[in-house]
Formats: sequence, structure tokens, C-alpha cells
Amino acid sequence: MEVITKDLLRLATIGSVDDGKSTLIGRLLVDTRQLFDDQLDAVAAASEKRGVGDLDLSFVTDGLRAEREQGITIDVAYRYATTPTRKYIIADCPGHVQYTGNMATGASTADLALVVLEVAAGLKEQTRRHLCIAALLGVRSVVVAVNKMDAVDWSQLAFQRVVDEIETLSRQLGFKSVHIIPVSALLGDNVVEPSKNIPWYEGPTVLDALESSEAGAWEHTTTQGARLPIQWVLRQPGGGRTYAGMVCGDTLHVGERVWLLPANIETTISAINFGGESITEATVGLAADIELADETNAGRGDLIATRPLPRVVNELATTICWFGEKPLQVGQRLRMKHTTKTSPVRVKVINGVIDIEKLDVDDSTTLTTNDIGLATLQTADLMVVDDYRANRVTGSFVLIDEATNATVAAGMVGHASFL
Amino acid sequence: MTTPVPTPNKTDHLDLLESHAIFILREVVAECERPVLLFSGGKDSAVLLHLAVKAFAPQQLPFPVMHIDTGQNFPEVLDFRDDAVERIGAKLVVASVQDTIDQGKVADPGLLGSRNRLQTVTLLDAITDNKFDAAFGGARRDEDKARAKERILSFRDTFGQWDPRQQRPELWQLYQGKVNPGEHVRAFPLSDWTELDIWQYIERERMALPEIYFAHERDVVLRDGMWLAVGPFVEPRPDEVIEHLSVRFRTVGDANCTGAVVSRASTLGAIIDEITLANVSERGATRGDDKFSETAMEDRKREGYF
Repeated sequence: MEVITKDLLRLATIGSVDDGKSTLIGRLLVDTRQLFDDQLDAVAAASEKRGVGDLDLSFVTDGLRAEREQGITIDVAYRYATTPTRKYIIADCPGHVQYTGNMATGASTADLALVVLEVAAGLKEQTRRHLCIAALLGVRSVVVAVNKMDAVDWSQLAFQRVVDEIETLSRQLGFKSVHIIPVSALLGDNVVEPSKNIPWYEGPTVLDALESSEAGAWEHTTTQGARLPIQWVLRQPGGGRTYAGMVCGDTLHVGERVWLLPANIETTISAINFGGESITEATVGLAADIELADETNAGRGDLIATRPLPRVVNELATTICWFGEKPLQVGQRLRMKHTTKTSPVRVKVINGVIDIEKLDVDDSTTLTTNDIGLATLQTADLMVVDDYRANRVTGSFVLIDEATNATVAAGMVGHASFL
Repeated sequence: MTTPVPTPNKTDHLDLLESHAIFILREVVAECERPVLLFSGGKDSAVLLHLAVKAFAPQQLPFPVMHIDTGQNFPEVLDFRDDAVERIGAKLVVASVQDTIDQGKVADPGLLGSRNRLQTVTLLDAITDNKFDAAFGGARRDEDKARAKERILSFRDTFGQWDPRQQRPELWQLYQGKVNPGEHVRAFPLSDWTELDIWQYIERERMALPEIYFAHERDVVLRDGMWLAVGPFVEPRPDEVIEHLSVRFRTVGDANCTGAVVSRASTLGAIIDEITLANVSERGATRGDDKFSETAMEDRKREGYF
């Protein structure tokens, strides 16, 4: 049998409500034949039952009862697609501002953002907000589907107006790769098949743009140091210990000099295992366990790193997406989960809320629900961090309400370069 | 910001899925007090158990394995369960739907009636009685549109309910499973795996599976569009004709609501070829329990189902 080796691309759909995100994903899955007959039949039956035509493609991903009743996406739906060389994990995110936490959930692991917007409406505030969040979350590649071209009679002028707006914003936000494509998700133009209605456009279809994008961007970092946040200590036969965790940043090798942090102990990797078998190196994304040459009392929450080393701090300048119902205040106490370590934290200073239109920071001293702001946090324990822009694993954290255990914020170490 | 990006690693999609699942298993064990792994004897829970062994090798599994026994299992699956658990030296907890019926907590559907939905009560009782605060399950998001919406760590309140409108944001790979007493989380390390990924992984790892996954000859009857295996839980009705066919099972559930597919695929390679070309989804082809209504899975999940 043929050996199938595929890479993995994670993408998130973003954009405002009703611009057609779910319909576009439905179209993409149907036209690339990712859906089984019974799944298509079920979508057709549900469409008929709700009187929304023969085949409402948004029902491919909007699977909850409430979503179908209201015709909106409430939470992220994950769908999967494969092409000959690639597996796709697709997070279809909700557009409503009240579900920003769900949108950030879907976008936080994305290599690429598939932005959907309606050509006649242009760049809405909610689309700007989502693009801004995607940029903050470190997404570098975007494919923009300028949708509902059929509704403007395939007008090049209408498309060009939106292109100019998107290009200006993309430059400000610093995306590395941007494809802007005129589509009709409803009719399928330029989604998988090139459009016959848009002869003036000669660029890629949405599928072409996805197929040519860089996979694994999520794991890539700009810091060259390798990091292994320790999850668990495994006892080996004969009394030794190994430290289990997922490698990020760069590959770890047997014989390499490493530092155990925050204790700052310099030692050497004497062995690396995976699943109980010995290996010589652990690449990024591998859930390995490693043995250190010197005796240490390392445990969960400690971090093993190579140079350049991360920072050891108890005060952090951060960017925070606040999802809590009550405003975040200076002096408030929360729990922070950062890599495999959880520490009490206190809000020391709130340095303002990001203005989505102007892309600058105002002088607010509280964050209300779905605000993105800048805050300085004081931690009870010593934290081992990188800037988020350098390493998405050691630069990210969530904040947890101590009473309810709810996740109330997503946080990133440092500030985005566009601010 | 302009330092070069390291060379992409050479790992393929199965390597990444495998490591991600191992990472989740370790996080939950580290953060929760009393985890348990739900094991049905099906291919997904077999993969989950295999990954759990890898995650904690060379140590023993740091949690027990629990089977919710409906009493309507295929015998091959029970044999596989016992072998698998014995081979790795894990502790097996069996919670029986019959006991739940005997205690009068649910109505007895009779020998031939479906016990599928009754399992939820047995499962939630077993979680409460054993004080489990985390339960690993082998569910995948590609199986059903409600599962496609669920977090990898999915919160359950003190009634065991899932509220799809109030899920915790789950960012990056920061899985947080802290709960108050009486609440628990379900953890789904195979969330991002598809049916094809599962089979390719089983082949790559040379894993054992219950024999009923491979083509074999068997007496079956066609009922509600599904081939059901004639046996103690499926008696042919007067209008049904018994046929002797080469079949295999694409999923494993209760004998009276799991349909077989007509197949000659008797090796892993042949099965992979077959599902690559399939026109019908695995649950659509084989599961009577999903056919009650448009939102059958969501409704059961809200009550606390797997």
C-alpha cells in the first residue's frame, strides 16, 4: 500500500455575522467532495424543514439546535478535509461580538485565517476586530474571500473598493501573506472552481490559495531556543526520572546543554524517549520525555530550555482579551495558567483598551467584556516566559476565575508591533 | 522579529495528532484528582488506550479504565476488552446498565429494546460513586455535528450536563480542567482525528482490534436500512429474511443498534482502501442511535452521554 504522508494546516474562518463564513466552508467541503451522501441528505432535510431552500450550506457546520433556529453560529465548529498532500483542520468561528471568546478559541491555533466579508458592506467593524485579534494571536497568513459578488452583479469596481480597504488594514496589522479573492459562496464562484462570471480576475481560487499556504506556521517561532515545559515526571526502571512535555521553539538533541528554569541549573540532556522508546532528537510538537545528566528536583511547571533563554519574571506586560462578564479591575486577583504552571496573579496596572478603528490604545483603566487591552500583571510565582511574538507556547496564558474556574481571559506576553 | 524561522520539522499529520493526544492525556492527569478512561472496546477507545500507555510509559497507567456495560455487547468485543486491559495491567471498572435497571432508576426496555440512552444514567452514577473528576473519551469531532462543536476539555455541571452555549474558551493548548466538587470534565484527546486517521494509525502501530471490524461471514437481517447481526439481541421479525453475507462493522456499539456493512475487507489495508472510497459516513452507515432526530446526539450529550 502507498504510504500517505500529509502535512497539517489549521485554518480559522473569521469575519462578521451574516457575511457567509459557514456557507463558504459548506461550499468548500461540498465542492471538494469531503461530505458523505448521508451528511448531505441531512443538510437538505434540515434546510427543507426550516424552509430555507434546497440546500442551506451553512447547516454543514451550524450543527446546534439553537444555531439552526436562529441562523447564526454560536460556537466554533471543527471540520476536516484532506487533499492529496494535506490534512486541514477547519475552525468555523462565530461572527457575533458576544461570542468573541469562541472566535479566539478557534483562531488561537490557526496557521491561517480565512476572512469572509460581504462585498457590498465592505470592511465592517466586526471584521476589523477579528482581523485585529487574528494579528494579535500571531496569524501571519490571511486569505480574504470577498463574498456575495453575485449580489453586486460581479462588479470589479465594488471588489476593488474593498481590496483597497483590506490592503491598508493588512499593512497596518503586518500580515505576511494576503490573498484577496472575489467569490460567491452561494454559487461556488472562485471557491474551488474558477468563476466564469468574473473574467477580470485571474488570481487563485480559495482552495488554490489554501493549498499553497505554509503549513505548521503555528509551531514556528522566531526565537531559536528550544523549550520543554515539564508536564509530568516519569519514573524509569532502575530509579531514574525523565521529564515529559511537548517540545516547542526548536529541536532538542541528546548531549545538548540545557537550563532548568526558574532554578537556573545548567545541565545536559542524557537521553530522550518517545512512548517508552529511546530517540536521539525531539522535534517541535513532539510529546517526548527527556532525562537530564545531573540530579535535579525538577517537576511540573518547570521549564527546560536552550539558548537564547526565556525570561524569569514575576511581573509581566501583557495584551489581554477579556471575556469575563464583569469588568476587569486594577487589584483584581485571578489564576493564571501559563504552559504547565498555574500561579495566582494580581492586576497591577491597566494601560488602556485597543481602539479597533484607530489601532491605538486609549486611557481606560478597566476592561469590559470582549475588550482587548494592555495590562501589567504581578504573579505570585516566578514565571518563565518568552514574548508571544517569539514563541506562541511560552508567550501565551489564560486567566481563570478563582471561584467558578471559568476561563475569563486570553493573554499574550508583550504587545503587538502595530500598537 | 526578523530572526529566521527554524526549518519545519519532518513529522507528518499522524505524528502531530499522536503527540497532541499524548499531551492532552498528560495535562488532564496532572491537573485532575481522579481521572478515568472510558473504554468501549471499539477502535477509537483502543487507540485512546494505546496512546495512554505511550503517554506514561514505562510506568503503569495512572488511572483506571471503565466500561459502561449495556449487557448487549458483541462477545468478541468483551473478549478484546479483557485481553487489552490485562495486557497492560490496568485496573478495570465495569458499570452495568442492568444494575441501573435493577435499582429501578430507569425503565427496563426488555431484552430486545435499546439500552443505548439508559447508559447515560449508569455512566453519571459511576462517575459520582467513584468520585471521578475527569473522564477520557474516544469521541471524534468528525463523527457528528454536535461533537464538532465540543471542546477538547468539556465541562459538565453537577448534573453531568453539557451546555453547548456556555463552553469555556479553550485557547492554544492551554487545557484547564479545574472543577468544583461534584462537577467533572470530559476529555477528548482524539477530537481532531478522522476515521481515516484512526485506521492509518492502527495500521502504523500494528494494533490489535476486535475481530468484528474485519470481514467475516454472518447471519444478518435488513432493518431500517441497516444490516443487523442475528443473535441474542436481534431476533428476525416475521417479515425479515435472514441472509448470510460477508460483513464487517465500521463502529462498535450495542449489538441491536449497530449495523454491519457488506464488505470483503479482511485486512487493515483493505479497510483503509474501502473507507477512502466510502459514500456514507461511519455513523450514517451503522448507527441506529443517531437516527431519532436531527439533533439526537446533541440532545443525548446535553444529558451527559459520552
